[in-house]
Amino acid sequence: MSGPRMTHWTVWAFILALGLNACGKKEETATGATAGETTVKIGQVSPLTGPQAHLGKDNDNGARLALDEVNAAGVTLGGRKVKFVLVSEDDMADPRTATIVAQKLVDQRVAGVLGHLNSGTSIPASKIYFDAGIPQISPSATAIAYTAQGFKTAFRVMTNDRQQGKVLGEFAVKQLGAKRIAIIDDRTAYGQGLADEVEKAVKASGGEVIAREFTTDRSTDFLAILTSIKAKKPELLFYGGMDAQGAPMVKQLRSLGIQAKFLGGDGVQTSEFLKLAGAAAGDVTASSPGLPIDSMPGGPEFRKKFTDRYGAIQTYAPYAYDAAMTMVAAMKMADSPEPARYLPMLPRVERAGVTGQISFDERGDIRGGAITMYRVRNGKWEVLETVMGDAAADKK
Amino acid sequence: MDILTQQLINGLVLGSIYALVALGYTMVYGILELINFAHGEVTMFGAMISLAVIGAFTANGAEVNGLVIVAIGLLAAIAVCVALGFLIERVAYRPLRRAPRLAALITAIGMSIVLQNLAMLIWGKQYISFPPLLPLTSFEVGGAVITNLQIFIVTLSCLLMAGLLLLIKRTRLGRAMRATAQAQDIAGLMGININTIISLTFMIGAALAAIAGVMVSAYYGLAHYHMGFMLGLKAFTAAVLGGIGNVAGAMLGGLLLGLIESLGAGYIGTLTGGFLGSHYQDVFAFFVLILVLVFRPSGLLGERVVERA
Repeated sequence: MSGPRMTHWTVWAFILALGLNACGKKEETATGATAGETTVKIGQVSPLTGPQAHLGKDNDNGARLALDEVNAAGVTLGGRKVKFVLVSEDDMADPRTATIVAQKLVDQRVAGVLGHLNSGTSIPASKIYFDAGIPQISPSATAIAYTAQGFKTAFRVMTNDRQQGKVLGEFAVKQLGAKRIAIIDDRTAYGQGLADEVEKAVKASGGEVIAREFTTDRSTDFLAILTSIKAKKPELLFYGGMDAQGAPMVKQLRSLGIQAKFLGGDGVQTSEFLKLAGAAAGDVTASSPGLPIDSMPGGPEFRKKFTDRYGAIQTYAPYAYDAAMTMVAAMKMADSPEPARYLPMLPRVERAGVTGQISFDERGDIRGGAITMYRVRNGKWEVLETVMGDAAADKK
Repeated sequence: MDILTQQLINGLVLGSIYALVALGYTMVYGILELINFAHGEVTMFGAMISLAVIGAFTANGAEVNGLVIVAIGLLAAIAVCVALGFLIERVAYRPLRRAPRLAALITAIGMSIVLQNLAMLIWGKQYISFPPLLPLTSFEVGGAVITNLQIFIVTLSCLLMAGLLLLIKRTRLGRAMRATAQAQDIAGLMGININTIISLTFMIGAALAAIAGVMVSAYYGLAHYHMGFMLGLKAFTAAVLGGIGNVAGAMLGGLLLGLIESLGAGYIGTLTGGFLGSHYQDVFAFFVLILVLVFRPSGLLGERVVERA
């Protein structure tokens, strides 16, 4: 037996494990509030680990940029100088984790929450913020259910899936000329909600939904599903889900020799999708809520500021920035960072944001949001057209 | 009918990958009666190493044939994974060989978590895409589409499995492995270096896992630090289905599981009238695992082992 040897190896393994643990640990930002200065914590929640971490970090950076600017300009609320601190939490795009971190933020007494990134996480978390009376502005949750629950604390600065699904479904039938349409979604609140709206719009436009299949937001193998869809001879495949599944799906679609067009929502309209799908991305069409960054009122200026600090924008950073700025604007109107004081101000905010005019309707949805259609040409997303929606008029 | 053929082809390719990974589980279990839960992560490391090497080549714009680059990536993956297999055994399992079974199980799971986090630190949290180096051609056979990559995967898997069977049945090393599996202490008394044999078993399993990892990432076009987890669990299920500890059983179990998964995901929607959908694809493996454990715990080809007192 190798007695001393054994302890030797065990010690090394232990040291290795400790080292890894230390490396993986999140850096905590020191919050040294000087005298006469109040620190106001604002929560930010997005998936900072896992397959959607690149999007989560993007939202985090967008919100951080906004608060840094506000701090640099200096804000005084109720006669006290205020320093905003961003408390970022990782919900791993997982609904269960989302409720845990939401409770954690509530316990830390944050003044408001920017997030969550996904609809599937925003919806369960919104109940916790509502119960605590903390305003929540999601930069990117598009599922209808998020604001339909009647929580007066839930807002979003992005167009919802009813509008996006309607535009997508009509686009598939009318612009792309597809009659036989197959739909796959990833069974998340986002993917499922969007796919349902697309299905309605396709039928309303005279198209036929020939197959409705499902996958998960962790899958990479879609061959079995695509094979059974192939038998039904689709002219177009719509995928409601994110880029990490959309890209292998379009690759496998082509490898099976299916010629159908591929259409996706904003989860697919990312630079990551182009990178992962490679040549198979040619001719893919996808939508994204809002205007293309170049057409946003403050787009080019924001891109310069953002890329100087953090590198390329993924998708939702301008929305996270606007969400943060809108929250601060409401605090200024109320002259207080107290949730109970500034929450009533949020529906009254009218401001020119980076992404467009920001004002909320009675549900907390943004008024007059837009949907833009994109197509892949030469390995880049190319703007096809922007469809203006009117969120208020579109409500049932 | 062509759809059924296509589903069978999909299942066969998936199954041959499962089989390669399952071999690692079954060999280690056969010799140590330990479930090496870090084996899925070794597969993931194979995929990541090959992609890193291939990425380094393509980034420098080297004018080399795509096949050569992939071959170099594959060799690098095998080399690193073999070293990894050796290291895992030395660090995590050898010190605990005489310890209660539960302790070894815990280090195995710990090792898997360490490797996953290590991969996340090295390569980040994002999906990494497999560059289009291999010219993909496809053939129509009876209405179904087969790509050259699928043919390559199945052929290579079969060759490797045949090679492994030969190694175990016909060589001195194989005989030593079988002897060690049968009775470690007595094999030791007969002049077999048990430690060397166990190390070699881990290294052979890791080499197969590395090849499987490269094949998976080439097949699906991407790799990710978390990919080894589900793949490992499914390969483990395949090994149990075939009879854990039995090499031929792992191959049979892998192929069967691939077929069950493809056919299940392809037809569950129509069979249940839309009540259950194809998003239950991952469930089939675990459903099979439960069925096997309930009705035939020793697996299809496994022999009933009498519990030692």
